[in-house]
Amino acid sequence: MTSTVAILVAATLIPLGYVGWATLSIGWSRAYHLVVRPRVGELLFNTAALVVIAVPLCVVIGVGVAWLVERTDLPGRALWRPLFVAPLAIPAFVNSYAWVGVLPSMHGLSAGVLVSTLSYFPFMYLPVAATLRRLDPAVEESARALGSDTAGVFFRVVLPQLRLAILGGGLLIGVHLLAEFGAFAMLRFDTFTVAIFQQFQVTFDGAAGSMLAGVLVLLCLALLLAEALARGHARFASIGAGVPRAMTPIHLGRNTIPAQAGLVALAVLALGVPVWTIMRWLWIGGAQVWVLNDIGMAVGQTVGLATAAAVLTTVLAFPVAWVAVRSRGVLARSVEGANYVTSSLPGIVTALALVTVAIHVARPLYQSVALIVFAYVLLFMPQALVNIRAGLAQVPPSLEEASRSLGSSPTTTFLRVTLRLTAPAAAAGAALVFVSVATELTATLLLAPTGIRTLSMQFWSFSSELDYAAAAPYALALVVLAIPVTLVLLRQSLKVAAL
Amino acid sequence: MTTTILDVKGLAKSFHGNAVLHDIDLDLPSGTTTAVLGSSGCGKTTLLRLIAGFETPDGGTITIAGRQVASPGSAVAPHRRGVGYVAQDGALFPHLTVGQNIAYGLRGNARSEVRARVAELLETVSLDASYASRRPHQLSGGQQQRVALARALARHPVLMLLDEPFSALDTGLRASTRKAVAGLLAAAGVTTLLVTHDQEEALSIADQVAVMHDGRFTQVGSPQRVYRQPTDRFTAEFLGDCISLPCTVASGVADCTLGRIPVQGSAPEGPATLVLRPEQLVATVVSDSERLDGVGTVIAIEFLGHDVLLTIDPAGDTAPLIVRQHSLSPPPIDAKVRIEVVGNGIVLT
Repeated sequence: MTSTVAILVAATLIPLGYVGWATLSIGWSRAYHLVVRPRVGELLFNTAALVVIAVPLCVVIGVGVAWLVERTDLPGRALWRPLFVAPLAIPAFVNSYAWVGVLPSMHGLSAGVLVSTLSYFPFMYLPVAATLRRLDPAVEESARALGSDTAGVFFRVVLPQLRLAILGGGLLIGVHLLAEFGAFAMLRFDTFTVAIFQQFQVTFDGAAGSMLAGVLVLLCLALLLAEALARGHARFASIGAGVPRAMTPIHLGRNTIPAQAGLVALAVLALGVPVWTIMRWLWIGGAQVWVLNDIGMAVGQTVGLATAAAVLTTVLAFPVAWVAVRSRGVLARSVEGANYVTSSLPGIVTALALVTVAIHVARPLYQSVALIVFAYVLLFMPQALVNIRAGLAQVPPSLEEASRSLGSSPTTTFLRVTLRLTAPAAAAGAALVFVSVATELTATLLLAPTGIRTLSMQFWSFSSELDYAAAAPYALALVVLAIPVTLVLLRQSLKVAAL
Repeated sequence: MTTTILDVKGLAKSFHGNAVLHDIDLDLPSGTTTAVLGSSGCGKTTLLRLIAGFETPDGGTITIAGRQVASPGSAVAPHRRGVGYVAQDGALFPHLTVGQNIAYGLRGNARSEVRARVAELLETVSLDASYASRRPHQLSGGQQQRVALARALARHPVLMLLDEPFSALDTGLRASTRKAVAGLLAAAGVTTLLVTHDQEEALSIADQVAVMHDGRFTQVGSPQRVYRQPTDRFTAEFLGDCISLPCTVASGVADCTLGRIPVQGSAPEGPATLVLRPEQLVATVVSDSERLDGVGTVIAIEFLGHDVLLTIDPAGDTAPLIVRQHSLSPPPIDAKVRIEVVGNGIVLT
């Protein structure tokens, strides 16, 4: 098992290795010229501006919505709570397509900020809402008794306790912003990922693309470092064993109507626009856009690829999670570290790395289904891992020891106790991987063998040809496929609150 | 002449149609400590939260230091009531150091003043000044509780509310923390209302004990009074073990299995129930030769360290009695004992 884990950890280092190898083989002076040039400066500005503007916007929206929904007496909170997770069911590139359909002139930084904020704020909303539900109301009541009003309690007591959730959500959003290709390409907004993709289409395995990928990887590492520094050694676990009391909701009074109006506006922008656009194109396209053969084929291939990747990823994640949870030492720490870094690397870097490795080392794998599934495993292993680790952590070793003392062999114990108890978490992880694969665009475009036409590929080729009506059925299929993921995420965040 | 710091009149509260508090009246004289004693779910925490301002009453009024802070129509917000509040587990702000926690309510003062006050408060609660830079999770339960108290004392509250402040601590720590807290609250002269389910805690710390049952006070009085002269069966049984014997009262004396026992206060004549505390009974071994009336047999012994509980089967058809006495050379099982009663009994009808 140890060797399996070691091989998997090594495999996750392929993207980083590729960047290092490319830099070395190009040579320092040429690499320097490829990196220090106006085009890179422009991309750097765009990408940095996107992160610097969109992430704080997501913080404001995500924290604001979570606070309104979890802490106030706003009417309809039970309805709003799941609704603001729903934007996660709409892939960012579908969201771009929707906005371009409404405002065809939209492009550049402002458009990129708008679409990505609307697509990614739930990544902030979910952890913040879960943390808010878990905070000990007695702490806030103590602050009230010490003379703070509602605003004082929020800024001096609640917000500081949300720091870890905000940093975690911010990192996730930042990573998505760096990795997103489709949404920004459609808005004619050039970030590093968009430029790398275009470079790849022009020169295939070119030095310029590799160097851009190198800069992108450095940006990712900078993001990780910034988050780690901001987090420091913070530990905000609730102390003491007080009985959690139900929170008394804060009375909004005359602020109810503005708050409600704000939530309605956000829902219209984040959900109304994409749903309305898809429906409108479907209406305009009529019956002729439903080319059932093509759609059926795309659904079949997408589900096939996603199922294969989800099953393989989950099975492979088991030993890795086991090592991470149950053992201490170099291997466990390198699992943690490798997982932490690769989870933040953009899909395009992984895809480029695999193309290069396949061409130079394993030619027969190039343009094969095996290679694309392997790419999915590398890309989405962290999602499966997070879930299975959480599940395994719920199985105390004493349960396994009890099973052993009752005469079960290690294998039987694993099957009857460990696996049984971890199964729900593993299933949730597999569902997440399935949906991520089904809606993946960037790596799929780079690695798909001839003959493979997934939903996202079909959607992309139609919308690139500006045939928005023909793309609509695929957009709808992508959204429908992604609905389970939002349900899984919502349930997980509610479960965290119940702990 | 003592002034009243807290004056609660006719307080009522219900949640979702379930009445939790009925018609509560309570007076807290300045500088005293009052304990509200009741089992969990009796409404005592709700009473505390109403006084702190975290809930609003459905009926009745709350007056703190002469200012009416709550009535069904209007309520002063918790941060404007000038009360100190210590939650069950201290509820320290996990993101702030001990010093910052204590300084939380001192906004608007000069930094040097705040620092001096924090140092002074740490000293008050017997913590070293070096604790100021620690994090709450680096403290033990008792230390957290003392920091929470220092934090609440920082603003010189006129009234201190303690919600089961010692229940999260383990037994040894509980007694010592209780003693320390009682001492420093008395020294600071702060009027205190404490909510607890622990009889020993309420009796030892308070000047006044209010026993609560199903959202009503069954009795309010000094610890000695509620223990020695309970006015109803619930109060009597909630404050300690009871021995109940059928008796007949005539001219201030109850006649029962254990003989003729003087009764406290005025009791109506006729058949009644006599209630005694186990420590009022003393069992003395008698030799077989001097068998008299009122002799019983020891049928079980429970050793509790400093005390023993003897289960004694009195002659006749009375149910076995429990006698608590010190554990030095207790009578053996099957010994014949004579039971004497010390002090007066209480008659409940």
